[in-house]
Amino acid sequence: MSESEALESMVGGEYKYGFTTDVEYEDFPTGINEEIIREISRRKDEPEWVTEFRLEAFEKWKEMEEPDWPNVEYDRPDFDNIQYYSSTKKKDGKKKPESLDDVDPEILETYEKLGIPLEEQKQLQGIAVDAVFDSESIFTTFKEKLAEAGVIFCSISEAIQDHPELVKQYMGSVVPKGDNFYAALNSAVFSDGSFVYVPEDTVCPMELSTYFRINNMQSGQFERTLIICEDNSQVSYLEGCTAPMYQENQLHAAVVELVALEDAEIKYSTIQNWYSGDEEGNGGIFNFVTKRGHCRGDNSKISWTQVETGSAITWKYPSVILQGDNSTGEFYSVAVTNQRQQADTGTKMIHVGKNTKSTIISKGISAGESNNSYRGLVKISPRADGAQNYSVCDSMLIGQTCGAHTFPYIESANPTAKVEHEASTSRVGEEQIFYLQQRGMDEDDAISMIVNGFAKEVLQKLPMEFAVEADKLLGIKLEGSVG
Amino acid sequence: MLEIKDLHVCVEEDGTEILKGVNLTINKGEIHAIMGPNGSGKSTLSKAVAGHEAYEVTQGDILFEGESILELEPEERAHLGVFLAFQYPVEVPGVTNKTLLRQAYNTIAREQGREELDPLQFEDYAKDKLDLIDMKEEFLDRSINAGFSGGEKKRNEIFQMAVLNPKLSFLDETDSGLDIDALKTVANGINQIADEDKAVCLVTHYQRILDYVTPDHVHVMIDGKIAKSGDKDLAVKLEEQGYDWLTDVASVSVNGEQ
Ligand SMILES: Nc1ncnc2c1ncn2[C@@H]1O[C@H](COP(=O)(O)OP(=O)(O)OP(=O)(O)O)[C@@H](O)[C@H]1O
Ligand SMILES: [Mg+2]
Repeated sequence: MSESEALESMVGGEYKYGFTTDVEYEDFPTGINEEIIREISRRKDEPEWVTEFRLEAFEKWKEMEEPDWPNVEYDRPDFDNIQYYSSTKKKDGKKKPESLDDVDPEILETYEKLGIPLEEQKQLQGIAVDAVFDSESIFTTFKEKLAEAGVIFCSISEAIQDHPELVKQYMGSVVPKGDNFYAALNSAVFSDGSFVYVPEDTVCPMELSTYFRINNMQSGQFERTLIICEDNSQVSYLEGCTAPMYQENQLHAAVVELVALEDAEIKYSTIQNWYSGDEEGNGGIFNFVTKRGHCRGDNSKISWTQVETGSAITWKYPSVILQGDNSTGEFYSVAVTNQRQQADTGTKMIHVGKNTKSTIISKGISAGESNNSYRGLVKISPRADGAQNYSVCDSMLIGQTCGAHTFPYIESANPTAKVEHEASTSRVGEEQIFYLQQRGMDEDDAISMIVNGFAKEVLQKLPMEFAVEADKLLGIKLEGSVG
Repeated sequence: MLEIKDLHVCVEEDGTEILKGVNLTINKGEIHAIMGPNGSGKSTLSKAVAGHEAYEVTQGDILFEGESILELEPEERAHLGVFLAFQYPVEVPGVTNKTLLRQAYNTIAREQGREELDPLQFEDYAKDKLDLIDMKEEFLDRSINAGFSGGEKKRNEIFQMAVLNPKLSFLDETDSGLDIDALKTVANGINQIADEDKAVCLVTHYQRILDYVTPDHVHVMIDGKIAKSGDKDLAVKLEEQGYDWLTDVASVSVNGEQ
């Protein structure tokens, strides 16, 4: 195999998760209007205030335009042709399964195939899973064990039923209903997602994770996740995502809100491996998400770590509003694009409180004919005395036909603030590959080693169990990609 | 061990011929030195032996232990026991020497049917080799060549050679850029590694290193060919007189052929 072929095959590594699960769906009309939104709410048995929340968001969305500033090109989704709610038919008309016996065996098998068995005894020690299939949370594991510690971990739909006061207080408080076009759409039609509440003085005893799976070809996924850490509490949460391979694009527009009160710490990690389309750029997920954390209390900390390898189009900017004094925001990102993928991703760090600190480490890897942009904003408000930011944006190019761009924006309104920004671009060279081959590594291993070395600072931030996974994923993603 | 026969090599990209009929035989237990002016093709020869894909063999053959290796990928040649110490060692940020070498060692061991080493065993093994060339332990945990000084990079190549224990080593100007003490240490390292079962080919511009590592054969490469071979006295003569006297010989013989 020539070097170019090998590099190509590496980036074009076959997508292992592209299978479909054969399940029966409840009928639901496509398109969006007030009646559809009321119907979603009805099917989910939601209280009136949630229906109102949705309708207000819908009113705002109708007035909004799809943004055109991201550095990506795509055909605008046909919003009338999307199915906004997708639920599988349940045995005995039950809503949420009480035990795994109530879950459709086909779906259980799906998660098994994805490497996420839902039987507690088969799972990795110390990790609780919420499994979301299209629009619904299928099952949440280790709930009892978490409840003993006072931690609530369930789907957002359940939280609306069982803990309405918490949801009412916090939902939309970090990402308002009309925040942006896709956040407004999500607020109108959100399906399911995870809810986490960690009470005061509690360190969550397990890693929490959600596994998102889009199966239905026509449905969009509009998940909504809300994590709240009370004073002096801590949680580490991880999400993973995959989807089947379809010729058509599917829309995934999520909203994630994190709230950290005094001395609280939230660590949120993502391994995103949605289907990214074929070599010609057909199919793949449109991943348009709004993720934002709010360091509301003093000395709080929110840390985003993301490994973005999938999706045809990605735009997402996990951000932190640093309101509490001495609060800390972190963003560690590896974004890999290959073939025709396009990613425009980065972060916003909004410094409001005194002596707030933020760190941004972004590693972009582009191969094939893909386009990878970093876009970041560091904003220092007038009262953020002593605020500090440190940013590093590194890009790595594999081959000659890909693109890498950085758009760092800095707005400082406080002269005592310190903002540092570094950037670099490098290319995986023939000489580097030859060097490692001369030491006995084959081409794919050589590339994988170079890429993992490049992304190491970020991969190290992932919870241990997932770091290995991410490492492998980068290798597979880039198999045969050098040109 | 290595037999290079009438080797012609072109640059893949534009077809320029760089090696124009090289003949060279290296037996086990031997130390060879190749000298020659800048741009004469010494590095090209080393890389062609190691299998760099930018260089296309248009004529001739390279035999390793009796078998042609022309069709083999670079890593397959490495698995057989061919090692190249690079003239310009490459940096790989974020990947430690230890990670690379353990993976390399185990891959080669697996291919050769030898036992692999676990991380702890490897650490001990590697530390012994560090001592051999007087390198500090911290080099194991540093990224491959990243931020190394010129001399440290060269030394690191010899360290890698010591760890991988190849049968045939091409050392491309490993002596350039080394201070006097480092030169002695590196030469000492080479002497310890080279035994009767191994072969070493030093590419160098200076006869200095040959005071410490005594070559059995010295070759002069001019314009893509071995223009002259001899013993270590040839290196001394080259040091004194330069290459002019040989260039004339070479051009005369070319004219003679026409
Ligand atoms: N990839 C390449 N593309 C084009 N020309 C090349 C390439 N590699 C080598 N050459 C040319 O081939 C000739 C021989 O180069 P080589 O590096 O083998 O010389 P050398 O004998 O090692 O020189 P030095 O003593 O300076 O290291 C030079 O003229 C060089 O420019
Ligand atoms: Mg050279």
